[in-house]
Amino acid sequence: MSASRFVITVIGMDRVGIVAGVTRVMAEHSVNIADIRQTTMSDLFTMIMLAEVEAEEFDLAAFQAAMSAIGKDLGVEINVQHEDAFRFMHRI
Amino acid sequence: MLIHPEEILETINMVSHQHLDIRTVTMGISLRGCSHPDIKVFNKNVYNRILSCAEKLVQTTEEIESLYGIPVINKRISVTPIAIAAESCETDDYSSVAETLDRVAQEIGVDFIGGFSALVQKGMTHGDLNLINSIPKALASTEKVCASVNVATTKAGINMDAVAMMGRTIKQAAELTGDRKGIGCAKLVIFANAPEDNPFMAGAFHGVGEPDCVINVGVSGPGVVNAAVRALDNPTFGDIAECIKKTAFKITRMGEMVGKEVARRLNAQFGVLDLSLAPTPAVGDSVAAILEAMGLESCGTHGTTAALALLNDAVKKGGAMASSSVGGLSGAFIPVSEDQGMIRAVQRGSLSLDKLEAMTCVCSVGLDMIAVPGDTSAATLSAIIADEMAIGMINKKTTAVRIIPAPGTEEGDMVEFGGLLGSAPVMPVHNFSSEDFIARGGRIPAPIQSLTN
Repeated sequence: MSASRFVITVIGMDRVGIVAGVTRVMAEHSVNIADIRQTTMSDLFTMIMLAEVEAEEFDLAAFQAAMSAIGKDLGVEINVQHEDAFRFMHRI
Repeated sequence: MLIHPEEILETINMVSHQHLDIRTVTMGISLRGCSHPDIKVFNKNVYNRILSCAEKLVQTTEEIESLYGIPVINKRISVTPIAIAAESCETDDYSSVAETLDRVAQEIGVDFIGGFSALVQKGMTHGDLNLINSIPKALASTEKVCASVNVATTKAGINMDAVAMMGRTIKQAAELTGDRKGIGCAKLVIFANAPEDNPFMAGAFHGVGEPDCVINVGVSGPGVVNAAVRALDNPTFGDIAECIKKTAFKITRMGEMVGKEVARRLNAQFGVLDLSLAPTPAVGDSVAAILEAMGLESCGTHGTTAALALLNDAVKKGGAMASSSVGGLSGAFIPVSEDQGMIRAVQRGSLSLDKLEAMTCVCSVGLDMIAVPGDTSAATLSAIIADEMAIGMINKKTTAVRIIPAPGTEEGDMVEFGGLLGSAPVMPVHNFSSEDFIARGGRIPAPIQSLTN
């Protein structure tokens, strides 16, 4: 893997334990939070994180599967995408 | 550089609600080194060559899909036109080559393989003739193989012998796949000015000016453009063009990123990015809907050609700014069967074959995925092809015909193809004969604008 930063987005109805649940899975996969923004728009919870990982031993597919699973438990939609997907698209 | 949360949410919204996708990742593979007089050896060479280049194509593409979170709908292969690669084979029947292509495509797991093709704009060789004769059987006996024949260019004119032949070929292909509504014809395109780097089926082939192995990407986003245009508050045409350009820019950037990464991981060259608005049967992913968003009550009514011209040009401008590798067809596709808005427009009676032909003067490709009555004669099909080839030749642009005389159907019936091919309402054709015109043969000479050397 060439670079190792990912954007993680969490969107769904607000409830207790979303941040705790998501960050626990991240910790289990040694994914570090570089930046985090969270807002609640009326009762819709949105969280955007810039996450860093050690390039060598990181298993993206396994991490994405674990994040989807916790998202399902918590009733939120979680996306894990390489940061280039956003950098490239909007900027020259 | 900070990534703005609004940009992140915009991207995610484009993918999850507006059908933004990479439509195709297409690996172009040269088969020029495979030639052999014995067709069995040739087939073996072709099989080995494709497998060695594309074995990891699907797996790698899927990795990139998950890395960036952008869906890639189709993985495809295009090869050197078989008429060229198989020319030296001592046989008249190339259908075993189609079967070889189909087998290797199945094994690799790609959706389509294109290149059962010939370029005959100025005349035919022995190999070209064999290939065209083999097309109906090849399309009936395979699942994934796509065929195309280039019968005209601005430089060479229109090969009317080939046009006449293709009308008959379409009829045969329809009859041989009559039990499946003539689906063979959905895998056959007749071109004028065919681009050699086009990743879109059924017209994809690996041109002779291309490198050994290349990755071309086709990006699509009618849903995204539609949403952007509809979100504008009482816009002028200038505002609409500006909005489409900006959206096309973003879509193009995404495609270039994906294409370059796939190419890098497969040690292939990155070829072109084809930025096209190619609809899908999904609701909301429609080119007709964009035209209607500009203020037309139903696609096909007066004003449709102007709206399409604006759309097509704005897409190209946005793409040209975003990438230096824009190629292929790039523009708006208007296939009928694959676009819910087009299907509705035909059913309402606002969109006719004649209006579609007019629209092809200002957009990509041409008469695409149109079903006509099963009893349409070969000469009428040839005449429809000739008209479309003339538009391409005179306007120095690519045009194509992909038309299906679905056996046993009449005007007003619906023909179901399934998947990305969708379903098409059977459209009426003119009942006056073109028989004598098509029987004339020879070549329509190249227009004066061909003398540009």
